[in-house]
Amino acid sequence: MTAPTLLDVRDLTVEFMTRRGVVKAVQHVNISVAKGETVGIVGESGSGKSVTSYAVMRILDRAGKIADGAITFSGIDVRDAPEKEMRDLRGREMSMIFQSPRTALNPIRKVGDQIGDVLLQHVQAQPSDVKEKAIEALRKVRIARPEERYHAYPFELSGGMCQRVVIALALACQPQLLIADEPTTGLDVTTQKAVMDLVVELTRERGMSTILITHDLGLAAAYCDKVVVMEKGKVVETAASATIFKSPQHAYTRKLMRATPRIGVSLRDLLPEDMPVPPPPVTDPAEEKLEDKSPLLVVSNLVKEYPRQGASGSLASFFRKKNELPEPATFRAVDGISFEIKRGESVGLVGESGCGKSTTSMMVMRLLDPTSGSVMFDGEDIGAIPAREFAKSAMRKRIQMVFQDPTESLNPRFTAMRAIADPILRMSDIKGSDAVRARCEELARQVGLPVELLDRFPHQLSGGQKARVGIARAIALSPELVILDEPTAALDVSVQAVVLNLLEDLKQKLGMSYLFVSHDLNVVRLLCDRVIVMRAGKIVEEGSAEAVMDRPKSDYTKELLAAIPHPPL
Amino acid sequence: MNQRPDLDTAHIAATDTPLAAAAIAAAAGSAVAKSPAPPKQTSVFAHARYVISENPVTGLAFGLFLLISVCAIFGPWIAPYDPLASNTMAALQPPSAKHWFGTDQLGRDILSRVMVAARLDMFIAVASVALVFALGGLSGTAAGFFGGWTDRIVGRIADTIMAFPLFVLAMGIVAALGNTVTNIVIATAIINFPLYARVARAEANVRREAGFVQAARLSGNGELRILLTQILPNIMPIMVVQMSLTMGYAILNAAGLSFIGLGVRPPTPEWGIMVAEGAAFIVSGEWWIAFFPGAALMLAVFCFNLLGDGLRDIVDPQRRT
Amino acid sequence: MIRQIGKRLATTIPSIIGVIIVTFLLTRVLPGDPAAYFAGPAATPQAIEDIRKSLGLDKSLPEQFVRYVTELSRGDLGKSLTSGQPVRSDIAQRLPASAELTLAGLIISILIAVPLGIAAAVRQGSWIDHLCRMVATAGVSLPVFFTGLILVYVFYYLLGWSPAPLGRLDVFNSPPPHVTGFYLIDSLIAGDFETFRASLSQLILPAATLAIFSLAPITRMTRASMLAVLGSDFVRTARANGLTPRTVIVTYAFRNAMLPVITTLGMVFSFLLGANVLVEKVFAWPGIGSYAIEALIASDFAPVQGFVLVMAIMYVLLNLMIDLLYGVIDPRVRLEG
Repeated sequence: MTAPTLLDVRDLTVEFMTRRGVVKAVQHVNISVAKGETVGIVGESGSGKSVTSYAVMRILDRAGKIADGAITFSGIDVRDAPEKEMRDLRGREMSMIFQSPRTALNPIRKVGDQIGDVLLQHVQAQPSDVKEKAIEALRKVRIARPEERYHAYPFELSGGMCQRVVIALALACQPQLLIADEPTTGLDVTTQKAVMDLVVELTRERGMSTILITHDLGLAAAYCDKVVVMEKGKVVETAASATIFKSPQHAYTRKLMRATPRIGVSLRDLLPEDMPVPPPPVTDPAEEKLEDKSPLLVVSNLVKEYPRQGASGSLASFFRKKNELPEPATFRAVDGISFEIKRGESVGLVGESGCGKSTTSMMVMRLLDPTSGSVMFDGEDIGAIPAREFAKSAMRKRIQMVFQDPTESLNPRFTAMRAIADPILRMSDIKGSDAVRARCEELARQVGLPVELLDRFPHQLSGGQKARVGIARAIALSPELVILDEPTAALDVSVQAVVLNLLEDLKQKLGMSYLFVSHDLNVVRLLCDRVIVMRAGKIVEEGSAEAVMDRPKSDYTKELLAAIPHPPL
Repeated sequence: MNQRPDLDTAHIAATDTPLAAAAIAAAAGSAVAKSPAPPKQTSVFAHARYVISENPVTGLAFGLFLLISVCAIFGPWIAPYDPLASNTMAALQPPSAKHWFGTDQLGRDILSRVMVAARLDMFIAVASVALVFALGGLSGTAAGFFGGWTDRIVGRIADTIMAFPLFVLAMGIVAALGNTVTNIVIATAIINFPLYARVARAEANVRREAGFVQAARLSGNGELRILLTQILPNIMPIMVVQMSLTMGYAILNAAGLSFIGLGVRPPTPEWGIMVAEGAAFIVSGEWWIAFFPGAALMLAVFCFNLLGDGLRDIVDPQRRT
Repeated sequence: MIRQIGKRLATTIPSIIGVIIVTFLLTRVLPGDPAAYFAGPAATPQAIEDIRKSLGLDKSLPEQFVRYVTELSRGDLGKSLTSGQPVRSDIAQRLPASAELTLAGLIISILIAVPLGIAAAVRQGSWIDHLCRMVATAGVSLPVFFTGLILVYVFYYLLGWSPAPLGRLDVFNSPPPHVTGFYLIDSLIAGDFETFRASLSQLILPAATLAIFSLAPITRMTRASMLAVLGSDFVRTARANGLTPRTVIVTYAFRNAMLPVITTLGMVFSFLLGANVLVEKVFAWPGIGSYAIEALIASDFAPVQGFVLVMAIMYVLLNLMIDLLYGVIDPRVRLEG
């Protein structure tokens, strides 16, 4: 006996009025959600997954409208319902939680008052008991000391706590349907697990239906009963989460599934089946033995201290218990770490946000000065050269970086060619515009960037293309060490697959060493020989990729690995 | 520089809606950033034409600007009468076919005076804007980029100037330095310094640790080279918009100072002083003496404000299709 | 809370020091002989010499500065040549007139500009939105003295609704007994409605002029800020939770939107205090602005210096109040202090 249908979206088409005319964001979409069911809507950017949910709640932008199709929620025709009726539905029968929890809350209104507003609006509380009920709502989402937190402002809470408050807001009136739009994107993997577990627990306990919107197929498959895959505004496949991984039908689903980094696959497996792939560069075993095995980079006792900001000081004292010691005046982002990278080796540096991995990579890059400790590169102490002067040093071209945000790392006024040419113009012997152009074209070919795109500006390139420009710039002078700071975090998963393979091939071809900084353990497993796990400025575990991932020794690493959503296989 | 947060928001909103619209778009999250790019790149002129066709008001502003510039450059030659020639027989005549704008208390033709006055007012505006752009823009950029002592000193100077109501300070400066046009230019430049310095500083500061600046460091660019080749070109569009808006303010400022008797002496034709001369006659009904120079002032400032808005639309490469 | 105020007060000290130094330098770096400025254009060489000695202008610059500061701390701003009175008493006597005018203009302006900006943002694309944008663009372009003259022409000369622009009261009425110096308030306190009506009718046009002047930046900022806030994530959350439009606008959007507007008020005050001078000239308003203008024309320098100093100090204190007001609304600033 199947459960009754709560939400029925039939043949939905949503249009937007833009400068260039009418754009169909969503076309002929069919989705149904039964009572108590959890449905995942998966798609990459531009797939229309968020627009669909906005249409269900009827909170589309002014420029958007439901052009065709029907949306029925609990028997009510959402499309034609009067606005007053929709307002009653929103928050009371169906509610939504969004990405970036901190900005989803009114920054100058107490958290408790915000929950109270929703309760009062939907007559779930009277002014006399609204405070009590709000505190109860906070308690239900497992916020410690809810009576105190009732009076807190959002900026006084951590990201994870803010997300809990947002969930409390959404569930305050016990709605029948919860729509979660990328609720964990940007959160650490352990926080993500905590939030998802909480959502699932709360919704199952009340028999609520949930729609989970995400770009992460693995996440959807792990937490949902049914998965709907969308591409470019259309639904391409709908299946139970067990089958979607085992036997995906549609080509796009297969491509998406293949591209999702997970246990048991290799880098090449991530690529779409129909993509022509050159064989991996062959390394001569004899050559390998003759190679110098001395370490390229040796970091010893690296420390970075910052003076503590006033805000966190006074806030910390506000929440501190009476017998706790006051915190020291400085904050150690990196607390004495040591590691080395050999030539031709790829080392992964993983940890959650705030663990100090980005600070470490900045110091190794010499964009930031360490407080103490040494950074030895090829036998020379590069830590001794101040960051301000490193640009002029001869060592500069031997260590390069690929940045996380491809958009932000390109000068908006430079063409792609000018951006790639920058290190060539500054630090190489190649002179003359023809020679420089020739070298740029060669680099473009190496990274798979069509040569005619070299004259475009960043805003005219796609995310993947911008990433390739950044990579071409980084390898322009054949550096020996390249630091990759979450280079694929901002990219769609299918683009990520291609870029990761590119990075691996380049490494083999040019004999570079990589320091790969990331929070995504699955990606690190695919690309790195060794892995270093950091937490709160210290190294908690270190070893070969298989050893750390399959047989972790430290509890923290175990916790991290357990938090990765496991799709049913 | 200032205790209050959100001053950058103030600046953003002051330079108005396209940026606010971008903030709204960013706030709405969405796939806008990641959508595939349009295939062609068009030139500045094509884009300029597109903007003017979209927004006829910008075209109007350009037209006005042309008109004012013609008056400023060719005024003395195209004015129908000698602006200084008095003719007491024809004094206080309302607008007619002979004198389109009427005559003032000394019989001088107001139309000619208004046309010739354009030169002086434009000179004051252009000179002060150029001066403050050079001083304020460069020092603000350096302060925002290098931080440290440069920032502290520039900040102190800007804060000290900002502690005064600006027009009052201009009055004080002109009174102290002497009642000349040069000193009006200097005073106007000084009172606009904090605004430029602050805008430049904010823009440089935002870009200081931006990805592409870090990448430039990795490419072997020294700090000074980064400032000149990476930061300044990115700041220029915003500074140009600011310059256009400040032109309007500079004209108003100079006119205000002349209105209270500072800077320009009679019989030199200047819009502000003409309004002052005409003020006495308003209560007896001879409105044209003060009206036409005042209207000219208004049109000039209006023109520069619109130009600033239009320029911003043209110059911002994000908006090129 | 007291500590917060104390801290903010402390931050104004560098500004006040800067103001004092600048006003000092303004008179001492004059080209030519400062003594001649203070003695006046009609002075004999002997008189100039006497002035030089009595003002201590023959001493070294640092000594002069110390003397200047000492005099200031005693409230001594020098003597006006034209009125023969100490500058301090002249200013004290004239200040209420300027204050009443500026406050009236500002209040009228805020009462119109803020609702207009909010309505324009809430009803984007409607006639109110277009009106708001027109007002903002036009208002910034109008020279304030021009607006004043047009208002005089239309409402006094053409329509005869307003009295002649001859100051705070016409010849038939005398000022009410002095309590605050604000004629509107004092006449109400004294129960003298005739004087109240007369002062009000004299005040309307100049206050309207100032109001029109400050309308533009306030409404532009309110609209832009409200638009930005209405598009923000937390307003989206509020809407998604079914809160009524009224709650969303009033409780969620408005307070947040007002923050940048309050910040702008500082800048608006700077313009207003300057515009005040011009409006006082147009309407023959006996405030400190016209005091300074008269002194300038007569080359009477001490009043000008006094005027600049007093205006600056008032402005510093006004900014302080704005900062405190901001802190009242924005808890982030309060708690991180």
